[in-house]
Amino acid sequence: MKQRSFEAAHAREWDEFEHFLDGRPSFDAAELPLRYRRLCQSLALAADRQYSPRLVDRLSRLALHGHHVLYRSRRRQSQRVLEFVLAGFPRLVREEWRLVAAAGLLFFGPLAGLIAVLQQFPEFVHYLLTPEQIARFHAMYDPANRRIGMLEADHSLMMFGFYIWNNVRIGFQTFAGGLLFGVGSAWFLGANAVVIGAVAGYLTQVGYSETFWSFVAGHSSLELVAIVLAGAAGLRLGLAVIAPGGFSRRSALVAAAKPAVRMMYGAALMLFAAAFVEAFWSPLTEVPFQLKITVGLAGWGLLLAYFGFAGRARAAG
Amino acid sequence: MLDTTRRVATPEGIELTLHLAGPVPRALAWAIDFALRLAVVFTVMMFAPLLGNAGMGIVLLTAFFVEWLAPAWFEAAWRGQTPGKRALGLAVLNDDGTPLRWPGALTRNLLRAVDFLPVLYGIGLAAMLANRDFKRLGDLAAGTVVVYQPERIAQARKLPDAAPIVPPVALDLEEQRALLELAERAGSLTRERLEELAELPAPLVGRLEGGRAAARLLGMASHIAGRE
Repeated sequence: MKQRSFEAAHAREWDEFEHFLDGRPSFDAAELPLRYRRLCQSLALAADRQYSPRLVDRLSRLALHGHHVLYRSRRRQSQRVLEFVLAGFPRLVREEWRLVAAAGLLFFGPLAGLIAVLQQFPEFVHYLLTPEQIARFHAMYDPANRRIGMLEADHSLMMFGFYIWNNVRIGFQTFAGGLLFGVGSAWFLGANAVVIGAVAGYLTQVGYSETFWSFVAGHSSLELVAIVLAGAAGLRLGLAVIAPGGFSRRSALVAAAKPAVRMMYGAALMLFAAAFVEAFWSPLTEVPFQLKITVGLAGWGLLLAYFGFAGRARAAG
Repeated sequence: MLDTTRRVATPEGIELTLHLAGPVPRALAWAIDFALRLAVVFTVMMFAPLLGNAGMGIVLLTAFFVEWLAPAWFEAAWRGQTPGKRALGLAVLNDDGTPLRWPGALTRNLLRAVDFLPVLYGIGLAAMLANRDFKRLGDLAAGTVVVYQPERIAQARKLPDAAPIVPPVALDLEEQRALLELAERAGSLTRERLEELAELPAPLVGRLEGGRAAARLLGMASHIAGRE
């Protein structure tokens, strides 16, 4: 078949396809897969018969564009988000429990260790925090404050913005650093644990424990566990680079990035929630100390139960 | 063919051609996006004092969203393009040529934090130069490539005017394409280089030399392009 007659035989079909892609459809969208396959066949024939590059290029342009339109995701996202929160996320965390445990150790180890050490050797804090930092924490957690965890002039909404900007960024950095053979994640986990442990240990030792612990109790579960999960997701990337197993490093990384990013969705959601609690609940002084600690402990209990049990029934079904 | 094109086979049994974008256009696209981000944050900052201290919170929230989430949102929802990429005719696609979705977009944008190190995408640039697909680390992990938009490439085709000449031997598709691409680039090559290249395909130009060989090849390109 000559090119001219080939073009004449299919011109209308190709024009219709082009119009469909331009958003002026002259056929029903349900016909797209069929028409796309026919176009692919035309392209394969045209290339095989060595028709002119102009024709082949036009057809491959249409095919590429059609490929994009055909493979665009149409699934409802809201359904998937709900499913992820109720079942997918806790299931993923259980699946990756080794890495989560490793990241937890890297984080809670130094944190708890420092709190203990500072009770015995309070001067040690000067190795970890500058005098200006110490003075600022004094001002933030002074029991005479009307609002805790912030300076007198600060506004809750401002603190909310700050917590999102700062804490979620730390979570993202902890994750991304994992790509550098896991070193970045381990470093961010350790560094944040040292700062938090130093502040907690020091303030407890100087007798600000009531203000400090009542401030952090509410959001501590969400925030600390989210940082650990971000670290675990980062370690997942690092592990793929260090020990790719039977894959090339590149494909091991691509395979590891999928669950790692899913874990980051969850960690980011937790950090958003934590920032909300930290800005609007934690600073309140109207709420009695006992209530705040109770709420905080309940938060830890709920979170552990969530990661322990949520999504199991669905998995069985 | 040129080493910046990638062929991707689809399940339908055809091959799609992707034209990879290198570091320079991508850096320019980034610069445009960066300027836009700054503009958004500064605009919010100008109106923030109206809300007092709470305004500062809104500035920080805006800064967070435009830095981390807006690029991923644009790439997932806007055919793989941020405003800067759109201005330069670039788009992000999955390795297999399919459109980018949320997981891929987020992966590559969160990992920008590493590519950016130590300063101004040092690691990202090193990674791009170390693999054949100009991928920074985020692209490697997400399985994505940055390509020129196919529509743009089609528009860029412009051949110099030359009277059509029928090639003396039958040319296959790749050879025809090579001639067309030479003709497209004729305007940007120096005359000497064009003539030097034109003398190479002996079956087409015989013993012609210099300008006459070039004119003959451009004429054949004209014929292939369908001018009559």
